[in-house]
Amino acid sequence: MADAAAIPFVDFQDVWLAYNEQLLRENHFAVEAIDLQVARGEFIAIVGPSGCGKSTFMKLTTGLRMPSMGRIRIDGQPVTGPLKISGMAFQSPSLLPWRTTVDNVLLPLEIVEPYRSSFKRRRREYEERARRLLQKVGLGGYEDKFPWQLSGGMQQRASICRALVHEPKMLLLDEPFGALDAFTREELWCILRDLWTEQRFNVILVTHDLRESVFLADTVYVMSKSPGRFVVRREIELPRPRELEVTYTKEFSDIVHELRGHIGAMRHAVAAREVA
Amino acid sequence: MNNKQLERWSPWLLLVAVITLWQIICSAFGVSDFIFPSPLRIWEQFWEFKGVIAGHAWRTFWVTMAGFGLAIVVGVLLGFVIGSSRIAYAAVYPLMTAFNALPKAAFVPILVVWFGIGIGPAILTAFLISFFPIMVNIATGLATLEPELEDVLRVLGAKRWDVLVKIGLPRSMPYFYASLKVAITLAFVGTTVSEMTAANEGIGYLLISAGSAMQMGLAFAGLMVVGAMAMAMYELFSVVEKHTTAWAHRGSQGG
Repeated sequence: MADAAAIPFVDFQDVWLAYNEQLLRENHFAVEAIDLQVARGEFIAIVGPSGCGKSTFMKLTTGLRMPSMGRIRIDGQPVTGPLKISGMAFQSPSLLPWRTTVDNVLLPLEIVEPYRSSFKRRRREYEERARRLLQKVGLGGYEDKFPWQLSGGMQQRASICRALVHEPKMLLLDEPFGALDAFTREELWCILRDLWTEQRFNVILVTHDLRESVFLADTVYVMSKSPGRFVVRREIELPRPRELEVTYTKEFSDIVHELRGHIGAMRHAVAAREVA
Repeated sequence: MNNKQLERWSPWLLLVAVITLWQIICSAFGVSDFIFPSPLRIWEQFWEFKGVIAGHAWRTFWVTMAGFGLAIVVGVLLGFVIGSSRIAYAAVYPLMTAFNALPKAAFVPILVVWFGIGIGPAILTAFLISFFPIMVNIATGLATLEPELEDVLRVLGAKRWDVLVKIGLPRSMPYFYASLKVAITLAFVGTTVSEMTAANEGIGYLLISAGSAMQMGLAFAGLMVVGAMAMAMYELFSVVEKHTTAWAHRGSQGG
């Protein structure tokens, strides 16, 4: 048997998705020809213009959508339905305002097996776990507050805790820091970096922010819009652990510029096509 | 008196002002009590007939509450069904809207044929007129889920039922309480209208009999009692709403 590390954790082989039958007949795909291999514990970021199919990619990876063509394997297994080993967080924290922060974080455990069936019995233990997680992201003392008593950055931290409480193998983040101010955003980058360094789950981060992707990820993929394809793969060789200071170095800004160049070129191409 | 206190007492101040003005106009122009009774005259008749009014008021009250209780049960169930299924929503909503447009007073004669004179038509009229807002509000609360939140839960293997119970129902609670406030006032309208033609008891019956006996003061006193009861129930549900769904009244969700 092959070495476990050699089998990619996320394995897309020529994956195409059209959202319905009619679009499929018209050869209109939301994402096209995606080939992607992500190693276990790797942190990848996907950048690209709005509407390029980044969110579609997330739905495919979590099994919320099945591809029209191609094969997806996660953790060695073909994807056949929603993947419980994943946790998701979005730009809007979407916490439930009638639950306290800790109860919000506990929500996944009320739903996903094997926690669900033992939830009532072991509630105390799970609550302890949720509180530890909240303390780790700097929300100690806010566990019993309601979400509407927290700032936007705090809500987003709680939302990430909710995504991680069932100890998923894969964390999917869809522009999680997009609505935050620059300082809060950098603070949360570091929190995410620390959580990942400690637990080494796979992360797929979808973002508009090139600096964010370069600072956090091992590999950055650039996606193009219509067709939604992966056009560039860039490994980020910056040594870890990375501190925020690295974002002011020349190497860092060179990489950001390079990625910016790819996206600029794509936009020009699209504009040229639209004119023609 | 600061602004906050003024705001709190303003309804009472306005009420006193209106009654005073009313009394002044009636006295100054010598308006006949048979045409438009003065507040003083209404009060006199109210006091004189307080036993009779109390009996009719009690009847109207419990009949209304029975119809309203029925409206809550049916409204919540129907709202749950059409809010949780798109097909049911598409199928039921247009018909319900058409039904809601019908004047409920028009049902009273039909109900009399089916149930005879008495509490039957009154309870059912109160029910028919008040279940609609409850149903619509429950359905709206359930149908407006954030797609991201649904994804977060679906990926964990949540069934539709989980999403409805954990998110849909709590989320629709503020809508529900808001609808109760509207529905209870409508229920009083339903009962009174029905009692006017199809009962031998209740405030509606009192209004008709006082009117035909030219006891305008008594008729007005009856109206005041219905208004007071509806307002008291409205306030009661406001208090319940504030204490059960406080989270909905503070800036809700950021981000």
